[in-house]
Amino acid sequence: MTTTTRTRRAPRASWLLLVPALALLAVILLVPLGQSLLRSIGTPQFTLEHYAGLFTDGVTMTVLGRTALTAVIVTIVAFLLGYPYAYLMTRVGPRLRGVLLVIVLIPFWTSVMARNYAWIVLLQRGGPVQSVFEFFGAGDVVFQGSVVGVTIAMSQVLLPFMVLPLFSSLGGIDRKLLLAARGLGSSPLVAFWKIYWPLSRGGVVSGLILVFTLSLGFYVTPALLGSPQQSLIAQLLAQRTTQLLDFAGAGALGILVLVITLALVAWANRFGGTISAIGVASTSQQKESR
Amino acid sequence: MSTAVKGTTRRPTRRQRGVDPIPRWLIVIGAAVALYFILPTLIVIPLSFSSASAFEFPPKDFSLRWYENFFTDPIWLKSLGNSFLVAILAALIATIVGTAAAVGLNRLTGRLAGFLRTLLMISMVTPAIVVAVAVYISFLQWHLTGSLLGYVLAHAALGVPFVLVSVTTALGGFDATLLRASSSLGASPLHSFIRVTMPLISRGVITGAIFAFVTSFDEVVIALFLRSPTFQTLPVQMYNSVTFELDPTISASSSLVVVVVTIIFLVPLLIGSRKKTR
Repeated sequence: MTTTTRTRRAPRASWLLLVPALALLAVILLVPLGQSLLRSIGTPQFTLEHYAGLFTDGVTMTVLGRTALTAVIVTIVAFLLGYPYAYLMTRVGPRLRGVLLVIVLIPFWTSVMARNYAWIVLLQRGGPVQSVFEFFGAGDVVFQGSVVGVTIAMSQVLLPFMVLPLFSSLGGIDRKLLLAARGLGSSPLVAFWKIYWPLSRGGVVSGLILVFTLSLGFYVTPALLGSPQQSLIAQLLAQRTTQLLDFAGAGALGILVLVITLALVAWANRFGGTISAIGVASTSQQKESR
Repeated sequence: MSTAVKGTTRRPTRRQRGVDPIPRWLIVIGAAVALYFILPTLIVIPLSFSSASAFEFPPKDFSLRWYENFFTDPIWLKSLGNSFLVAILAALIATIVGTAAAVGLNRLTGRLAGFLRTLLMISMVTPAIVVAVAVYISFLQWHLTGSLLGYVLAHAALGVPFVLVSVTTALGGFDATLLRASSSLGASPLHSFIRVTMPLISRGVITGAIFAFVTSFDEVVIALFLRSPTFQTLPVQMYNSVTFELDPTISASSSLVVVVVTIIFLVPLLIGSRKKTR
């Protein structure tokens, strides 16, 4: 029924409704990215030297490796904290679940600069985190200006991207299966490992890829909490553009980062709606208030 | 009516609790993670009332000097005004354009429509720095850096996916027979859109608009590249204040932004509760 009404109603007008959005997207995203692709292979004429340079300049690959390592650590931290949290969300009553969901969304609400400023204050030399470590006798622990500080701040803001897909995946698991396994004599750990974990793997994989992918592009947090000696790929990209004015080289690097990101996103998509997982943030709010 | 339904859905979970209790360690971990989620937001407010002229927490003395600074310094005030202006215009454009696209895509099926939907969502997963650098170089040629138009267009594009998602969700519960009913009663397609579709998807549109506004209001990476000495937004000024100036006025600015964003996010909840009581 619905399909016949859909095809009957003027499809041409429906296509026209997409034009303004696509035009905006073209001006802001497609044309600038296309230009930077052309610049990276066409300066001064057709060449791949700017791409070859990424692999041979001795800097890009080191920074890319450091960025990937940071992303792996952030992803592991987010997983270790996010899995139990998402599991807890499936266990509590609807009211507390709503509260836990709002808490997950708070990092989204908190302004980027306010959040990074707060982490600077918490992690800086003489800050409260150092005092806590001093209290326990671990003298000189300062996280600002180190990869650890960057990791702490990044994991916090990326945790929602782990928790939300996990929650939707864990929420669909029938807990009676676990009770059945226990009833048949398996220990809680074995029941979890044999029954629950395999069923949750879809959410785990999309959460892992999502957090890893998003952490590759972080710019503000490493710039403010990291150290210039240990810059990440986004800082390198910014530096090539605004300081070295190497637009062709920056174009090649930007395209490389973009291709890696989109490939990972496409891969994650096979494990269930990754892009929409971010959209959950906006729609879940609607659902909760309904 | 609704409370009776709730009661029946809640009862089995309560019964389960005896057989299958939530382990204590899970509650402890959950509480710790929840604290990690809200910690930076929590300290921002007390921080802004500190009297110290350096970044320190916990504050030793309280004062309003950073708020006074914020509201008397023309640089901070102008940045705040620019941010509001850019965010309102960007949200307006994103909402109109995004709602149109969502309505269009809702009626279309097939491979091309699916591809276009993904394309319109893609800025959500494209690293901001990659977009910022590309937009910066192109805008240099088009003379759009440091201009209101440049900021508005870039931020509007970032807001479109949010509008698309929330309006699509709202359209999901939309009954197409209503439109047939209204057209059989003689309404033109535009008339039916305004009188039938719009009221039913208005919550989705408002939610999308709010997300588009906040996305722009808070956007810093592209804004850093588009800034000029004559035009910059509040997040850029906040960035300056922690990198170059070490100016604690950022603490007042941070808590103001947190409060403004929280209030804006509460708007749809208030509308929702008002509808419920009616």
